[in-house]
Amino acid sequence: MSEEWTLNVDHIDVYYGAFHALWDLSLEVRKGEIVSLIGANGSGKTTALNTIMGLVHPTKGSIEFSGKRIDGLATYDIVTLGISQVPEGRRIFPDLTVLENLIIGSYTGRARVSKDQMLKRVYSLFPVLEERENQLGGTLSGGEQQMLAIGRALMSNPELILFDEISLGLAPIIVDRLYRTVEQINSEGVTVLFVEQNVRRSLKQAKRAYILKAGRVVLGGNAEDLREEEEVKKAYFGV
Amino acid sequence: MMGLLLGGLYAVIGLGLSLVFGVMKLVNLAHGDLAVFSSYFAYVAMSSLGIDPVASLVLGIPILFAIGFAIQGLLMNRVFRLGMEPPLLIAFGISIILQNIYLALWTPLSRGLTTGYALESYRIGEFYIPLVYLLDFVAALLVMLFLREFLRKTYLGRAIRAASQDWRAAQLMGINTNRIYALTFGISMMFAAIAGVFVGLTFPFTPSSGSAYLIIAFGVVIIGGLGSILGTFIGGVVLGVAQILSGAYFGAGWQLFLGYVIILAILTARPQGIFGRR
Repeated sequence: MSEEWTLNVDHIDVYYGAFHALWDLSLEVRKGEIVSLIGANGSGKTTALNTIMGLVHPTKGSIEFSGKRIDGLATYDIVTLGISQVPEGRRIFPDLTVLENLIIGSYTGRARVSKDQMLKRVYSLFPVLEERENQLGGTLSGGEQQMLAIGRALMSNPELILFDEISLGLAPIIVDRLYRTVEQINSEGVTVLFVEQNVRRSLKQAKRAYILKAGRVVLGGNAEDLREEEEVKKAYFGV
Repeated sequence: MMGLLLGGLYAVIGLGLSLVFGVMKLVNLAHGDLAVFSSYFAYVAMSSLGIDPVASLVLGIPILFAIGFAIQGLLMNRVFRLGMEPPLLIAFGISIILQNIYLALWTPLSRGLTTGYALESYRIGEFYIPLVYLLDFVAALLVMLFLREFLRKTYLGRAIRAASQDWRAAQLMGINTNRIYALTFGISMMFAAIAGVFVGLTFPFTPSSGSAYLIIAFGVVIIGGLGSILGTFIGGVVLGVAQILSGAYFGAGWQLFLGYVIILAILTARPQGIFGRR
């Protein structure tokens, strides 16, 4: 897939049981971009990512990836189409070794052929993972687990990676390093959609961003324009 | 010595149960009865077609795999995330249905897979070792080796392990978890098929033998611990040795006694089993 594509989230409504989580939400991500979703806790950022990933299904509206409807598909089918997620809380497999965690990332057919190549790429981005190749995932530190989760998402050779709150629980210096790697991944051709608690970092790393509030998009645009907006300044203070 | 060999057989009986519980947290109460299916299948193959029981596994294994795949795929996959009770009830139901089918088709008369070699014994030093016990043990070792390599070296094996640790994350890897679970149940049934034939070669069986073998399977898993193939083997051996010793010291009727005592002790002192993880 080296031609242009778009991820089109079109007026979706999402419910968790009786709770209306997303209201008429639309957003767009184009190939090659780094886009972020900004908002307070509970504003629906993670729900949006999970819906794209097929973990939840919208009751209204549609999601299209490269012209193909994905909103009714199962998660594992969406992965096969080229979208991968670094989930909130990392969720690496604790009783598999680092190497096994990475290998299982290339489970899909499209990824298995390039497994060795991908592994080399992940190791060059995160050398510490190669050092700890045979250690069980559960024994790694928080930062290392986050690297493993990112590496694992890369192994499926995706077009688009959804990053969900990768800074949670980590020291700023480690978060800096992680985001530098995200930039590098993007420069190598992987499109990035990320959710980040820290508004300043969000606008620093993204080219474009959407601001979410109570399950709706209230603003969207280029990161530099957004920095001046009232809503964003409010978000800085968690208002 | 005999206990050791018998232990191998018990380990195979326990392996299938352990696999399903370890991966899906599902207690397959019908495990013993499904193994007995294989015994009866081999019996029919032998008595009407003259096919050797072990040879009948060529068909028996795929058939039982398909049955297992169907049970998980069609029945269990719908309910097993709702809690432990629904799958328990389904399995219990299957167990009752099977036992009654066996009763209807083959009467309560005990049957055995009496092939020529099933009655042979070897003399090693002072002991007489029945040939079947040796066969049981070799089969057990092969089965366990196969499972270990499968789980470690193949994509499917790793997918099963991943799905058992975090099914959401497994889906994010592109793994169809429902299909993986059906496959796991199918594999568990393959082991049940093998267990059924070798049990049938070693002991006589009746329609209700499934319950007895289920208890052995439980004992093996409790003693050896979940999530460990080595543990299942050790559990089997402990139970096997216990049975032989118990029979020797207390008399034939007390065979299972020592085994039960050990099970109780493990449950009290170390409930996760000798090699158990979670």
